[in-house]
Amino acid sequence: MTGRPPTIIACPNGPLLVRGDAALETPDGEPIDRHGRNTVALCRCGASAIKPFCDGTHKMTGFRSDD
Amino acid sequence: MSGVATGPSMGRVNSPAASTAVPATPSQARYEPPRFSARGPISSALLEALGRGIREAGESLGGLEHSTREAIAASPDVIRDDDLQLSLLILHGLHYGGVVDSDDDWEWHPALVAARVAIERAFEAELRRQVPVPELPNPSSEDVAAALFELTKPTPGPSLSRYVARKASEEQLREYLVLRSIYTLKEADAQTWAVPRLQGRAKAALMEIQTDEYGAGDPERMHSAIFARAMRGLGLDDRYGTYIDCVPAVTIASFTMMTMFGFNRSLRGATAGHFSAYEMTSSIPNRYLAQGVRRLGFGDDIAWYFDEHVEADSVHEQIAGRDLSGGLAEAEPSLLADIMWGANCSLIVDGWGSAEALACWEAGRSALRMPLPSGAER
Ligand code: FES
Repeated sequence: MTGRPPTIIACPNGPLLVRGDAALETPDGEPIDRHGRNTVALCRCGASAIKPFCDGTHKMTGFRSDD
Repeated sequence: MSGVATGPSMGRVNSPAASTAVPATPSQARYEPPRFSARGPISSALLEALGRGIREAGESLGGLEHSTREAIAASPDVIRDDDLQLSLLILHGLHYGGVVDSDDDWEWHPALVAARVAIERAFEAELRRQVPVPELPNPSSEDVAAALFELTKPTPGPSLSRYVARKASEEQLREYLVLRSIYTLKEADAQTWAVPRLQGRAKAALMEIQTDEYGAGDPERMHSAIFARAMRGLGLDDRYGTYIDCVPAVTIASFTMMTMFGFNRSLRGATAGHFSAYEMTSSIPNRYLAQGVRRLGFGDDIAWYFDEHVEADSVHEQIAGRDLSGGLAEAEPSLLADIMWGANCSLIVDGWGSAEALACWEAGRSALRMPLPSGAER
């Protein structure tokens, strides 16, 4: 816990960058391991092989967020 | 040889009370013979001096700056010059530690600082000749990040990491780790030099990335430590310097370049751009590398380093593009050209090293300058 309110940056054509104290959980309420990372990138293109995290695949599929 | 930890360096022999003075006698100087050889007159003069006491050798180094300038003038290409690149690695190593185990007082010896600066200035000039500045975006965070992502976008076709994924032998995987070890055993340190040279948003962004690189408080998770573990898992010696003889000048140049960028305030723009491009070209290749590691039958312990970078660098590339490079461009628009140039330096210089290694493998040759030292592998 960082004591910092969560912020989420919608990176253009890329992931959601999550900073601060956001709890990541499965639908069953199990915590998702952040692997010690304070800042994580959540996939929003659907193509990552390590969901919910981004693995950079959005750059190969040409994902457009149109934002 | 395996399982040799890169522990803290041996203690200084001279007492703490004498730490502001040069050691009283040469015999008190700390020195261990390096695990690599000189490649020409400058690296040979350096290794010889470091092997003697600072007082004794210090006096004979008066001609070093002059001979360094002569070597630079005679060099057709400082980027690929074995003697000058190894010399710069040795000189940078006095600040990092662990390259040549010599007395700590050498770090700021004026003759060595002068030689380092002379090589760095020539190296930077050669990089500016050979690496063009890409088209410049507006100096806004969004536009700089978009331009960097465009510059570094994945390209189809042959690459070293795809070769490792599909075809590399165990021996070639070991060669890959050896080539990569020149930087990766000191991963992130080259950029940390830049922290006090940046301010505000760019500094915070660099530290946000570095915290992750250094394991966020867990030394076992430090990226350089995870890499050392992968080396040991493949039967390689993880002490810095064991394989320097095996590595071509252009691979050393990839590391001395990023150290030089981090080490010089005038190059802080290049550091930001270089690091951004480095992070942006990491997650996808590391996925291929992890595939190759598993195809060859190695487990998660060895793949960990590559798996970690798939996830970590997908975060880092966003921070680096938007906040480090983008933040720096907004704060100091005059650095925009260096930011984009530094990014291109990463792509082009690292690309030369990878292309040469790939060409060797495809021709059925080793990518190393000389075979691995016997006893240094399984
Ligand atoms: S957003 Fe990056 S892989 Fe989906």
